[in-house]
Amino acid sequence: MSLPADAVHRSLEARQRKSLLFHIFCAVLAMSSVLVLGALLVILIVQGLEYLDLGFLKGTPSRKPEKAGFMPAMWGSVWICAVCAFTALPIGVSTAIILEEFKPRHPVLRRLHAFMQLNISNLAGVPSIVYGIIGLTVFVNMLGLFGSFSDPALQIGDPYDDWYRFQIPFGRSALAGGLTLMLVILPIVIVSSVEALRAVPGSLRQGSLACGATKWQTIRRVVLPASIPGIMTGAILAMSRAIGEAAPILVIAGTIFILYRPDNLMSQFTAMPLQIYNWAGRPQEEFHAVAASGIIVLLVILLAFNALAVIIRHKLQKPLQ
Amino acid sequence: MPEHHDGTVKLVKRSEAFRRVSERGIMSSLIASAVFTTLITASIIGVLSYQSYKFFRLEEVSVVEFFTGFEWNPLLGSEKHFGIWPLISGTLMVTLIAMLVAIPLGLTTALYLSEYAPRKLRAALKPALEVLAGIPTVVYGFFALTVITPVLQGVCPGFEIYNVTSAGIAVGIMCLPIVCSISEDSLRAVPRSLREGAYGLGATRFDVSFKIVTPAALSGIIAASLLAIARAVGETMIVALAAGNLARLVWNPTEQGQTMTAYMVQIFLGDVSNFGAEYHSAYAVAAVLFAMTFIITYIGHLIRVRFREVYE
Repeated sequence: MSLPADAVHRSLEARQRKSLLFHIFCAVLAMSSVLVLGALLVILIVQGLEYLDLGFLKGTPSRKPEKAGFMPAMWGSVWICAVCAFTALPIGVSTAIILEEFKPRHPVLRRLHAFMQLNISNLAGVPSIVYGIIGLTVFVNMLGLFGSFSDPALQIGDPYDDWYRFQIPFGRSALAGGLTLMLVILPIVIVSSVEALRAVPGSLRQGSLACGATKWQTIRRVVLPASIPGIMTGAILAMSRAIGEAAPILVIAGTIFILYRPDNLMSQFTAMPLQIYNWAGRPQEEFHAVAASGIIVLLVILLAFNALAVIIRHKLQKPLQ
Repeated sequence: MPEHHDGTVKLVKRSEAFRRVSERGIMSSLIASAVFTTLITASIIGVLSYQSYKFFRLEEVSVVEFFTGFEWNPLLGSEKHFGIWPLISGTLMVTLIAMLVAIPLGLTTALYLSEYAPRKLRAALKPALEVLAGIPTVVYGFFALTVITPVLQGVCPGFEIYNVTSAGIAVGIMCLPIVCSISEDSLRAVPRSLREGAYGLGATRFDVSFKIVTPAALSGIIAASLLAIARAVGETMIVALAAGNLARLVWNPTEQGQTMTAYMVQIFLGDVSNFGAEYHSAYAVAAVLFAMTFIITYIGHLIRVRFREVYE
């Protein structure tokens, strides 16, 4: 028994029409992301160009929108991101090496290994404001174990002059902000470094080991150089996340009106996304335009970082097979 | 054996001994950094539970009221009430609206990219999504406040200046690239042979997308959605800018509402004394938030591990 031929034909036509309709529907919806991106950029440029000039880049925050500037926020971001990079990269890459290059065989150690991997994927899902609260408790106040940060237990250097000034607890300082950002991006650095190490073919390791190199020599002279482009790409993308992260910095830095750039690790600071939040949250329309100018600066910097990551990925990556 | 040869052997032996010691040192520093990541988790759990414990021991706070109460007014009024449900309802409302935007849009975009899109269009769409994924959330907050809210008010005048819909839509746009890229990965992991088998039986693209590829990639799609939900629940800057600061049970999406994250921002930005009940309440709220995202992430992990379809 079979269906009459024209019924089959009709149902085929109907199904093909449905498929075509769905194709168009999908295409329209898929374009919506491009549309949103376009709208966002147009709005920013329309609003932001009004106040975007050299005075904005050099100036300090002000009550008057036409005088408001971005300088302390930009320098604050530089300081905290430097602290963040110098701590997150070594810790992240070493953890990735342990996870990827030293896979244990012993059943107990394997359990531990699996637990650490699960732990890292869980850390990647922790909301960044929770890291901010942890940073506030552990870095800024040090659990209250060493006095308050305005009356520190340990203080080195003059509070106003010395570049090597240091205190415990850290207080609302650039150091505390950078370390908190480190907590936020550490899981990202680890995951991307693990992937970069995994991409190194096993034959390279075996060749090195067969020549009599030790495990560490193999990692140091063969695996790491081969995976550097991948690690660097991941690190740059993680840093661009750190630059734009506002929530943890907001908890650490508070709402102090900062007019100077930080000049040592213990300086109070503000950061670009925090300053943007501050401007965008004000009721006056003029400050929204100032916020848009700040966003343009931030996005240009992020774009430069992403371009750098793309260049490294294309230029340095040699075929390893 | 000549004497100088003997000396070389000794040197080699000594350098080997040195190498062994230094490698052991390097190993232990590597292990230390790996232990550090577990320490982070331990300190999150430790700090949050200790501070929440301190919060619950305060006189004006009761554990039962915290978990069942429908009134949250730590800053206003003569009598303080700490019932977390207004904050949770705000969070859930924003997350719901965000997912209504992100999951359908993200899924259709992913289906389009993996099943329909010509290569050139794909090459244009993927970078746009990557750029969207890289935009800081404070920028989305600005977008919600200056674009989405006025548009909503233009369409329907009932919307307040701060409202959960506007924040939810912005959070949804933020989550869209997450849903899209992870579901697309799992859609593309479905082997060609399955698709070609279906085409060989006379299926259209629509049939293949919905009857073959989507069911086969379902675990990845659900995992992607859960990840997006976890991100939406923990999102801070967008809701702090656009959703408002009034903690009450939210039923009406045109009104303002406070999420858990927005409450934390309010506490840590405001001039709240460091040791009052309201200051410690932020830790208890953070503990609830952490527990929620942890459970969601963990379920996503289980689904990915358990229900993964394996093809050779």
